[in-house]
Amino acid sequence: MSTAFWQSGMTMLRDMRRRGVSILVCLCILVLAAFIALFGPALAPYSEGQIVATPFLPISTSHWLGTDFLGRDVASRIIYGLRVTLGVGLGITAVGFSVGSGLGFLAATLGGRTEQVMSRLNDAFISFPSMMIALVVIAGLGSSMPVLIITVGLIDATRVFRVSRALAADILVRDYVEVARLRGEGLGWIMLHEILPNTIAPLLAEFGIRFTYAILFISSLSFLGLGVQPPHSDLGLMVKENISALVLGAYTPLYPALVIAAVTVSANLVVDWYIASSKRSRR
Amino acid sequence: MKILLMIAQRVAIGFAILLLVSAVVFIATEILPGDVATAVLGQGATPELVAALRERLHLDDPAYLRYFTWLGNMLTGDAGQSLVNRTDVTATAFARAQNSLILTGVTAIVAVPLAITLGLVAAGRANSRLDRIISSTSVFLISIPDFLIAIFFVMVFAVKLGWLPSIARVRASSDMIDWLRALALPVATLVISVTPHMIRMTKTAVAEVLSTPAIEMATLKGLPRWRVLAIHALLNAFAPIANVIALNLAYLISGIVVVETLFNFPGLGRYMVDSVNIRDVPAIQFCALLFCASYILLNLAADVIAILANPRLRFPK
Repeated sequence: MSTAFWQSGMTMLRDMRRRGVSILVCLCILVLAAFIALFGPALAPYSEGQIVATPFLPISTSHWLGTDFLGRDVASRIIYGLRVTLGVGLGITAVGFSVGSGLGFLAATLGGRTEQVMSRLNDAFISFPSMMIALVVIAGLGSSMPVLIITVGLIDATRVFRVSRALAADILVRDYVEVARLRGEGLGWIMLHEILPNTIAPLLAEFGIRFTYAILFISSLSFLGLGVQPPHSDLGLMVKENISALVLGAYTPLYPALVIAAVTVSANLVVDWYIASSKRSRR
Repeated sequence: MKILLMIAQRVAIGFAILLLVSAVVFIATEILPGDVATAVLGQGATPELVAALRERLHLDDPAYLRYFTWLGNMLTGDAGQSLVNRTDVTATAFARAQNSLILTGVTAIVAVPLAITLGLVAAGRANSRLDRIISSTSVFLISIPDFLIAIFFVMVFAVKLGWLPSIARVRASSDMIDWLRALALPVATLVISVTPHMIRMTKTAVAEVLSTPAIEMATLKGLPRWRVLAIHALLNAFAPIANVIALNLAYLISGIVVVETLFNFPGLGRYMVDSVNIRDVPAIQFCALLFCASYILLNLAADVIAILANPRLRFPK
């Protein structure tokens, strides 16, 4: 396992040189975004809610990206908003993966009728339009961070379940699992020590895909005014708040939208590259 | 006969899923929020008043009874009155749904031929420069949020050039030209957001067909490439492509909610969002059920088309 892991790492590095700068740029954007999210408050020139000037000022040296509809510093708010967007996105993906792949592995390992029932139930939940389910739950429970993270996370879990069950089923027919079973290892041991290490690479790719999806989804919800609520603010909400600037000829809502796009495009390209190079290293 | 049985089975599954959806909608909007009577009357209400209202709204009935009464009302198209302005929810929803249907219809007319052509080209000349451009643009467009595309269009065509309105205001009395002008930007946004998915899936479907011996045979017979692609490959890929179209129209549902809100377009999506914002429960329930029903119907259509077009699916192993 470990040699294969290092080999795939080497192939990825070689591949990176071939693909040239684009993947490097994407990685830099992701690292930068993570850095800003971690150290945001120390980097932001102003605080999140501080009104510092008149609304919709253009770009200047004192306000790098101008001011928003209330006269708050857009650059500072993007730094704080990025923190919320990435945090909520990570939370959603974490919920989706722990629930989805936990149940997926369990279904595959148990097999038989249990697996059938779990898969059919999951199929039923997958055929719900996710936006509608999110809106209905938000209508019922109100929009708060836990509600958002758990609801969207559970919607995500249905997709993760499907992938992890299929991956686990593929591993479960191998000889070493048979050996482990004959040795008398329990269900949990097989899931943790046999299935998980052997599915981690494709699951990592899936994690990237689900993470970008989560960010786009939560941004859309916030854009509709039904996601993150003031006084907190994420990038989607910033777009919504400042949308009136467009008619006035200011570009304010464009900046947070571009930041979202930069993160999601980079993450998707990095995942694509990861999938392509891990395929090549397997050959 | 067997084929009818299979289709009947899919329809039955569709109904079962719709029932499950309705249960989720009911639980989320009627059970989870807690006591409606106290919420309506406020904190200061006397216990007698609360009890009377509970009696009137049948809140003391067991949940399953309330569910079936509610489901019966919804199915017969009686969603009740809006809690906010006393308008008839069903009538409003159907009027809005018409506008949304026009929006999706126009989007489909533009997006489907575009996506199939580009997907076919990308698959037919795999690894060519054209394929790489189409594929990488698709990846790029898939990963950006819908509202960024919309903002871009508004900035260029409404604000800078002033050619089109940034708000899609339409009335029943609007004439054709007004409709087209109002629809241009929302449709363009939806096309850009849905086409990349369709291109990717079409490309995969066609590439799979292209790798079959039948296509190799057609090529070896000396048929020109376009003929192999447009006739042999496309017809064989018809089922998966029809599937792609149905799935993506279903996918449009989340796009339509965002785009209608952004352009202030009076469709079902904006009605739903507005209702969630003011907690207009009957409207939320009816809109959600309408959306879910059309989503499930489109998925069903995709399944049925696949069964009809691919004889192998009729004999499951």
